[in-house]
Amino acid sequence: MNNARSWLLADQPASPLQARMGRFYTSWLALSANPLALIGLAIVVLLLLSALLAPWIAPRDAVYVQNLDGRLQPPSLLHWFGTDELGRDLFARVVHGSRITLMIVALVAIIVGPLGLIIGMVAGYVGGWTDRILMRLTDIFLAFPRLVLALAFVAALRPGIESAILAIAITSWPPYARLARAETLMIRRSDFIAAAIAQGASAPRIIRRYVMPLCMPSVVIRLTLDMAGIILTAAGLGFLGLGAQPPSPEWGAMVAAGRGYVLDQWWVSTIPGIAILLVSLGFNLLGDGLRDALDPRQS
Amino acid sequence: MNEAIEVSDLEVTFGHGTKSFKAVQGVSFTVPFGQSFGLVGESGSGKSTILRALSVLVRPSGGRLQVAGGPLPLHPPKTFRRRVQLVFQDPYASLHPRHSIDRILREPLEVHGFDRREERILQSLDEVGLPRRYRYRYPHQLSGGQRQRVAIARALVLEPEILLLDEPTSALDVSIQAEILNLLSDLREARQLTYLLVSHNLAVVAHMCDRVAIMSQGKIVEVTDSRHLRTGTFTHPYSQQLWASSQGYFRDPAVLDVG
Repeated sequence: MNNARSWLLADQPASPLQARMGRFYTSWLALSANPLALIGLAIVVLLLLSALLAPWIAPRDAVYVQNLDGRLQPPSLLHWFGTDELGRDLFARVVHGSRITLMIVALVAIIVGPLGLIIGMVAGYVGGWTDRILMRLTDIFLAFPRLVLALAFVAALRPGIESAILAIAITSWPPYARLARAETLMIRRSDFIAAAIAQGASAPRIIRRYVMPLCMPSVVIRLTLDMAGIILTAAGLGFLGLGAQPPSPEWGAMVAAGRGYVLDQWWVSTIPGIAILLVSLGFNLLGDGLRDALDPRQS
Repeated sequence: MNEAIEVSDLEVTFGHGTKSFKAVQGVSFTVPFGQSFGLVGESGSGKSTILRALSVLVRPSGGRLQVAGGPLPLHPPKTFRRRVQLVFQDPYASLHPRHSIDRILREPLEVHGFDRREERILQSLDEVGLPRRYRYRYPHQLSGGQRQRVAIARALVLEPEILLLDEPTSALDVSIQAEILNLLSDLREARQLTYLLVSHNLAVVAHMCDRVAIMSQGKIVEVTDSRHLRTGTFTHPYSQQLWASSQGYFRDPAVLDVG
């Protein structure tokens, strides 16, 4: 343990691997010094675990099997979170719903992060007309309210979780492009970029090897902080009936399904609502912590 | 054809129309191969801009530039870039904060497809006097002087013929300045390099250069031998003024009134 620590914090790393691991470890030390960030991380890990182990935590059948005799049961030892209006076990549905939430979050991040990053870096580095065209395009997407554009998109395609993911991704890349462009404009004036140009490095090489590593932290931070918004938008679309379709155990759709009983059987809506709240909070706390730990301007 | 650098009537303008500013206004000088030429002047006199024009980082608005016997191309090929390298003023800004020393030195080798990369990296570390065990450190783990050594190693790893030095010591501690200047002198001798050194420090230029141009407001007011620099024999009033103000550093020893 002590050996591993001194290896990671070595003043004179002996290999590129050790140097890189050491840098990760230093960031981890900064992150783990922040208790709120650790709570956020714990929530996100919990989400990951429950998505990964869902079939072992709660049988998949329980998600869909209806039991009309036992509908709207309050939380009990048999049904930890109670049952919904069709007698399905809410615990099983919430646990399996975490897979859908995670899928939304992961797919949106995979689409939005690289797309925004590339558009922003190219606009910022190349400048001139390329910059103008790319940024006006970004402005057009920014001018639409996110949920409204997503609604139009889902309506134009067909309601469903895939359309919801696509709609969210298409409406949420512009801020990333802006962010990456602003960072790139700042980085582009640095002497180390001038040195790279003077050495004959091509523009794609400079963008990939010099600009991107410096833009990445702020994009990752922003993405983590936006996860809450993405989850809420997905849940909102589900609530409006345009996202995940029944009987899929998507949390937003579950809140919507329970809203008719919210006064007498509060748990039907509240429990998936709490799940949404917790996961959003977890991503926000983690994002805040990452910002403190990774922000290049602070080190 | 033994001129390494030929600058004639160089003009560099920043901005457009009424807001434009002529940073360099008709500057001409030549530097033969193997010589060391100094550009001195106060801040904003356009000396760094000349270096940037020579390394094609800014585009001149007029005049002619010849480097290593040929005119400077608008989009220089890699082979041309390799021959002229730059060392910047601030070693804190000129090294990529997320690249290790190894990576910083490897990048130019990869761009130019050099062979024997390991060997060259180690050799250039030795040359600038950095211990080999620093190879995988990041710039933030080095001191200012060590960083400047890395920057010099990065410039030399491509085996250039001409080195453009933009105030290579002004961001460093006084005690480190002499080390870096001596390193540069030694390297020039060992590699037969041509130096174009920009500085606002007359003493640095007098120590390093064979000939010196004194610049003021985008123009060269005087080109002189560096011997004159040491004695302060100038013809132009601005040069005399610059020399006089630099003498301010060397006050008469204070007379202690012990009584």
